[in-house]
Amino acid sequence: MARRRLQLQTDLDALLASKEMVLVCGSGGVGKTTVAAAMAVAAVTQIGGRVLVLTVDPARRLADALGVGHIGNEATRVPDSAFAAAGVQPRGELWAAMLDTKAGWDDLIRLHAPDEQVREAVLANSTYHNLASRFVQSHDYLAMERLHELHSSGEYDLIIVDTPPSRNALDILDAPRQMKEFFRSWLLRWLTAPYRSRFFSMASKPFYQIADRILGSRFLEDIAEFFMLFQAMEKGFVEHANEVEALLADPRTTFVVVSTLEAAPSYEAAYLARELVRREHHLGAIIANRVLPASMTAKASATSARKLVKAARGDLAEQIAEQLDTQPEIVGDVLTEIGTRFHDVAVVATREAERRAELSELCQLLVAAPVLDRDVNDIADLLELAAHFTP
Amino acid sequence: MPAGPGASILDRRLVFVTGKGGVGKTSIAGALAHIAARSGKRTLVCEMDAKGALADAFDVGTLGFEPRQLEPNLFAMTMDTEDALREYLRLFAKVPFIGRIGPLARTFDFLADAAPGVREILVVGKLCYEVRERHYDIVIVDAEATGHIISQIGAPKVIREMAQMGLVREQTDWMIEVLHDPSITGVAVVTTPEEMPVTETLALLDRLEPETGVAPSVLVANRVLPNLFTTRQRDVVERLAEAAPLIVDEVGRGAAAVLDAARITDARRGVGAGHLDRLRAESDLPILIVPELFTRATGRRVVALIGEALAEELD
Repeated sequence: MARRRLQLQTDLDALLASKEMVLVCGSGGVGKTTVAAAMAVAAVTQIGGRVLVLTVDPARRLADALGVGHIGNEATRVPDSAFAAAGVQPRGELWAAMLDTKAGWDDLIRLHAPDEQVREAVLANSTYHNLASRFVQSHDYLAMERLHELHSSGEYDLIIVDTPPSRNALDILDAPRQMKEFFRSWLLRWLTAPYRSRFFSMASKPFYQIADRILGSRFLEDIAEFFMLFQAMEKGFVEHANEVEALLADPRTTFVVVSTLEAAPSYEAAYLARELVRREHHLGAIIANRVLPASMTAKASATSARKLVKAARGDLAEQIAEQLDTQPEIVGDVLTEIGTRFHDVAVVATREAERRAELSELCQLLVAAPVLDRDVNDIADLLELAAHFTP
Repeated sequence: MPAGPGASILDRRLVFVTGKGGVGKTSIAGALAHIAARSGKRTLVCEMDAKGALADAFDVGTLGFEPRQLEPNLFAMTMDTEDALREYLRLFAKVPFIGRIGPLARTFDFLADAAPGVREILVVGKLCYEVRERHYDIVIVDAEATGHIISQIGAPKVIREMAQMGLVREQTDWMIEVLHDPSITGVAVVTTPEEMPVTETLALLDRLEPETGVAPSVLVANRVLPNLFTTRQRDVVERLAEAAPLIVDEVGRGAAAVLDAARITDARRGVGAGHLDRLRAESDLPILIVPELFTRATGRRVVALIGEALAEELD
């Protein structure tokens, strides 16, 4: 099975060196954005080339960490000085861009509108403004669309996409198909049919009655008018959605699933990994983020913790107090607390180790990034995180 | 008796629990429902995104649109747009051909996807209906994440502004009466003491009432690490690595992991405390603290443990 490819991609560096598009996915709150940025920094310092990280969160701190004042819809070059501050020399160029849904839709309308009249009518339509932010998983589709655009521009060797926080991480895979289905739907055809036939068509009568009763006919007409304009763009949209869909299955594309080792994110990650494999997408790696060190589950550690509680108030405290120039009572209290509380951390670490073993069954490459004792503030922090990506 | 701004969240009759993905919304919603039910209130807890997390929290196989009793006084359901539409049509539109709704609902799904607020108003309408009809003393909603909650509970307001007439327009009036009354409806925003969840929480607090008319009531800080040390003790903790050889000699080589665990946990606590300070500085809302549980338990046991912590905070 998947393990047969083991020799080819033993670590994340090899993966990043062999692919052109990396989709970073996983449930919310697991650190996708940070991991995506760390991978990009690793790629540009170790492999080189023009690397772009496309993020969806306007994470202020990430912009600061990359040494750029603001990440916008247009790609921004991360200055070499930001790398110099971390004591490294990039082998290539690192770029960062943010996904702006509204601007993305406007670009799509400009691209697909058959003429100026339709284009201006859509862009000025108030229903359009409402729809642009929520329409058919619009974030997911636009992330894919933007990836397609950036990849076909040929300007980047590697594009790392931090996928949007979806209700369901699989939405991103379904987004192009749903876009096509929307254009093919009976509803759209019906809504955009001439008014006369709509009123007299027996088939659509019950629906119209209900829609009218629920929504009010004026509201319905407003929406119908917008969709009429929209349908003029069907051909372009459907063709594009096909290309975007193909991109997901492209051999140059890989998926990286990020998760913490807590219960809910691990469960979601396992589901996502299985589903990616079932759909024959390339699952490049699972990254377990914010993991406690394996040493915390060791028997020797628990034994030492117990001994520490017993020894806390004797000679040991005296010796340490002398070395640290403090009082033995304080040292005794601290050692007792540390020894007693170790059990708490060990319980969590044990649970994490079990989940890690479960996840490692699902992918040829499982990388564990440690829990950091501070927030990620600069390139050096990202590099430190990335250093753990290579076992 | 109407609840004042400082009143317990459980004195409301409709409580939305939201927060950034991954902060533990479902556990908090489940725990609030658990303690509400234990205090004798007939309680409904509803999961909005039908992912099954609520069923897992209570160790029950699956939950559906039809509420199911889990404990004395505690009922649980998951939201389903098609079922909500069916019920809506039966109750309000007096549509006669309920049997044929299947294909109709699927078609309606597309419209609901496209027309802002249609799906949302159906599901929010269902919740408001349960409150209005007093089927339960309190309805607790495991709501959408911070990114989606505004469009969800703001739907009646948006629809009201868009639809000039029709049944929905009439319907929005009574929903708004329920939602915009802070003695009836409350919003609990859950966060963890981490950067992004706190930032998203603050962003949501800025937008929530202006855009939806629904006021936030309380913040829940979940998975907060306890402060174990005084300043003088912490100074020792931070320098203890210097004395590591002494400790290893005395208690064995496992000491390294023990010292690491203490250092990592205390440093993380410190970072988290900074984020909680930011929350306190920028919001006047009461904050309920739920400690990190350090348990390998899942399901009901966790709900009960969180419930205990919340009950203490609400006292």
